[in-house]
Amino acid sequence: MKKNWPLWEVFVRSKNGLEHRHFGSLHAADETMALENARDVYTRRSEGVSIWVVESKHITASNPQDNGELFEPAQDKVYRHPTFYKLPDELKHM
Amino acid sequence: MRDNLIKYILGIADNSLILGQRLGELCGHGPNLETDIALTNISLDLLGQTRNYYQYIARLSGNNKTEDDIAFMRSEREYINVLLVEQPNDHFGYVIARQFYYDVFHYLLMQNLQNSSDETLAAIAKKGIKEVSYHLRFSSDWIKRLGDGTKESHQKIQEAIDDRWVYTNELFMKTEADELLINEGVGVNVLDFKEAYYQKVSQVLEEATLTVPDEKYYQKGGKEGIHSEHMGYILAELQYMQKSYPNLKW
Repeated sequence: MKKNWPLWEVFVRSKNGLEHRHFGSLHAADETMALENARDVYTRRSEGVSIWVVESKHITASNPQDNGELFEPAQDKVYRHPTFYKLPDELKHM
Repeated sequence: MRDNLIKYILGIADNSLILGQRLGELCGHGPNLETDIALTNISLDLLGQTRNYYQYIARLSGNNKTEDDIAFMRSEREYINVLLVEQPNDHFGYVIARQFYYDVFHYLLMQNLQNSSDETLAAIAKKGIKEVSYHLRFSSDWIKRLGDGTKESHQKIQEAIDDRWVYTNELFMKTEADELLINEGVGVNVLDFKEAYYQKVSQVLEEATLTVPDEKYYQKGGKEGIHSEHMGYILAELQYMQKSYPNLKW
């Protein structure tokens, strides 16, 4: 028998209209327990209005070794960033 | 009338205080991080409710009495919590069994107390029932998980359910203050939901593949201030700071 409960990733929507964001991970034996644990560990100071949990093994992650081919080609293509516009001063938070 | 109202409120609040204290003992000692936080959350919910009740009692008493006086400065015989809540944590099954037996009762009590003609009590109940619904959900889920889990978990939760069963009946014993305040429309008649209580308990236990105890011998005394041998230890820890450093504030 495995001694540790499986690992789960927790996503919390902090306000209606916002997206769920990754909050962290925790251990739980099943999905009901994962939701309850997430409620207790991550939302007890009223951080959220909705919780998603997903078992970590269901997440496919990119391999750090592939970072070269995956991400570096984008770095020398500054024209892909909208940084050449002059923004009027009245526009904030851009 | 005022003294009876105070006594009635204490009968509810002391349960929350002592159960909260018992759960607080688990802080840093839970079976794992997640359950540790969950149990101390419940403890804090209960202590928050206790404060509401004690602040109300302090207001009713006058004489500059504070919530701290009521929480810390009474003698053992003046606490009127039921025996169930002072029972020790022993193992995790005992923590869950005690919690479950109390949560089912607490939930039904809060549901009824919302209709109290005393506005403060009704408001505390309205606020508290959301917390208590979660407590009940938490403990019921654990009863099922342990009962329907491994052979060992089944045996341990059954042991705890059997041992704590004898303390359930005291929840439904009416005190003199109960009788008087029921007539006033302030108090809840606990007998109104006794049947619902045992039905709910049986339903969850059966779902958990556990045997519902049929022991007919019950323990009582807490409501008259006659406590088990555990109470002295609880109070020693609970009261130490206030008794050693009177009027100490955080």
